[in-house]
Amino acid sequence: MGEDQRRAAASERLDGATLPSWELEEWRYSPVADLDLDQYEPVADVAPLSPDELASIQADHPTPNLAVTRNGRVVHSQGAIEIVADVDGAVASNGDLFADINQVYAAETIVVRAKAGAMIMDDIVIVHLVDADGAAVFTRLHIEAGESSALKVLEVFTSEDVDALVVPHIEVACADSANVGYVGQQHLGPRVWQIGSQVSEVGQQGTFRSSLGAFGGQYARLRSDCRLVGRGAHGDLDAIYFGDRDQVLDFRTFQDHDAPDTTSNLLFKGVVDDASRAIYTGLIRVAEEAPGTRAFQTNRNIKLGENSWAESVPNLEIETDDVRCSHASTVGPIDEEQRFYLETRGVPPEVADQLIVAGFFDEVIEDLPIKSVADSVRTAVQAKLAQVPAKAGV
Amino acid sequence: MSELIIDDVSARIGDNQILRGVNMTVKSGEVHAIMGPNGAGKSTLAGVMTGRPDVTVTGGSITLDGQELLNMSPFERAQAGLFLIMQYPTEVPGVRVPDMMRAAFDASGRDASEVDARIASEAERLEIPHALLSRPVNVDLSGGEKKRNETLQLGVLGPKFAVLDELDSGLDVDAMRLASSRVEQETNATGLGVIAITHYNRLLDELNADVVHVLVNGRIVDYGPAELANEIEARGYDRWMAMGATEVGVGLGGSLGKLMAPAGAGAAADDPFADPLA
Repeated sequence: MGEDQRRAAASERLDGATLPSWELEEWRYSPVADLDLDQYEPVADVAPLSPDELASIQADHPTPNLAVTRNGRVVHSQGAIEIVADVDGAVASNGDLFADINQVYAAETIVVRAKAGAMIMDDIVIVHLVDADGAAVFTRLHIEAGESSALKVLEVFTSEDVDALVVPHIEVACADSANVGYVGQQHLGPRVWQIGSQVSEVGQQGTFRSSLGAFGGQYARLRSDCRLVGRGAHGDLDAIYFGDRDQVLDFRTFQDHDAPDTTSNLLFKGVVDDASRAIYTGLIRVAEEAPGTRAFQTNRNIKLGENSWAESVPNLEIETDDVRCSHASTVGPIDEEQRFYLETRGVPPEVADQLIVAGFFDEVIEDLPIKSVADSVRTAVQAKLAQVPAKAGV
Repeated sequence: MSELIIDDVSARIGDNQILRGVNMTVKSGEVHAIMGPNGAGKSTLAGVMTGRPDVTVTGGSITLDGQELLNMSPFERAQAGLFLIMQYPTEVPGVRVPDMMRAAFDASGRDASEVDARIASEAERLEIPHALLSRPVNVDLSGGEKKRNETLQLGVLGPKFAVLDELDSGLDVDAMRLASSRVEQETNATGLGVIAITHYNRLLDELNADVVHVLVNGRIVDYGPAELANEIEARGYDRWMAMGATEVGVGLGGSLGKLMAPAGAGAAADDPFADPLA
């Protein structure tokens, strides 16, 4: 199906569609019903990127492969990146309402491709800027890794303190024996709503590794569908998230095992402070034709604030024997024994808590598909931690 | 010269009264051993000293150079100069020893830029490979590695007093010797005072223990020179067990502990309880 047809199909699905009800499992606990779509509209005139802005982005991301969007429109592109209206061989939609909205309204698609056998050494970096009040922003990223190819993509979402709606869509086609690394970092302003989708398809012996970081936004949601469609395909889904104020950070994951001997490993770790909320629901689906599946799903949450709240709902749906699956989820305060241990070394409790929280995220940060992002992720965690009032030891 | 005075300390965990009036005085450079059967309250005593959250103090006082420790939070006690080597050192995922030590130095106004050099020097003395230090604290370490890691921190922080809660458990002979001889050096070099909780004589040999206290049923029921540990190792705690039980039975309470004069180096091996119980 070409882009036009896909768009038409999505448009048809949108016809008469209403905002999803939280009674639907994948929207449970979501405040999506509060969303007033009329409040936002796509930005028609987008200012070009100034040399200073570009220089600053390039300084943060020294790579020849860089694209920048402002309010959803590409304003800069260099290196191994194409900007197209139409993508062939795109990944099937996840049927999510907002994925459909993106399909219809996204003005262009950012395409990164590695041809069969090619290994793209320099990271591909996409930076999204949002600076218009009332903007409805539809970003669309298409990652395509040919057979036995390899590439790594970093996507960064940032905004001014504006009232905006950001609807990203990321699709990943990882062919046989290909290796795709994706890092998505979300640093949107405190009033921005984000409702995004990531859909990946991994072929035989292919590997998709995704690591998300969610720090900003008022309500920030990302749904990730990882489909392991070729024998021996592997998917790694990691995330860290840190909510404060009255933020709501929302993750829905699907690990779809559709072929034999496929493996997936999910690790989502989050911290909620103040009156923020985190939602994680995840489903491992193992199809009848996927014996030999190994699938793991772990969601851990630290609750720092008295009024903060984390919901963690792992699920399994298994239609074949000979599988090994496990899921684990925890929600709790900082481990008292860990705090005590640090205190016996002379570390005050508020500092101990900061070290413990930073350390809690460490296993995800250490394992980022793009190692060079680690420092900026740690900085983002530290910035959040600096906002945490000393509560320990009271 | 520093002095740590434990005066008639009682404590419970939950509803269980564990310590029933413990007295002990440790001065700089001294090594005091605490031996006793399982459940006697040895680790609880370590917990009382360091402020473990699950231990409730029901009476008594612990002062370090006149400062009341029991009013302080655990990190203030550490800053005052008390260090604990835990029996089972807690794993702290993602936190590394250098960061932890720097945070401790910063918090007490010491120059954190010294930390790396101090760690390097301690690591060499304790034969700790460099790679181990870049790993999260105690995570996936063997028993011996954990205890050496704890000893390294002791060396880096340079406390006035250290409580060693079974430094020798989970250690092979070589690692035990490395760790204990490092502690022993500190007693001479910096005047570190030590309270060593143990089941075994060997550690006390390595540490050059000055006094052995016998803790039974929440009280120190006997004390003597290091040789007392030989007797314990040969014959167990039987003769004290009876004594501990009698004490509780006759309800002598915390007052019995008062009979224990603060024990210094070379304290007499006489059984001070012979008379009161006669």
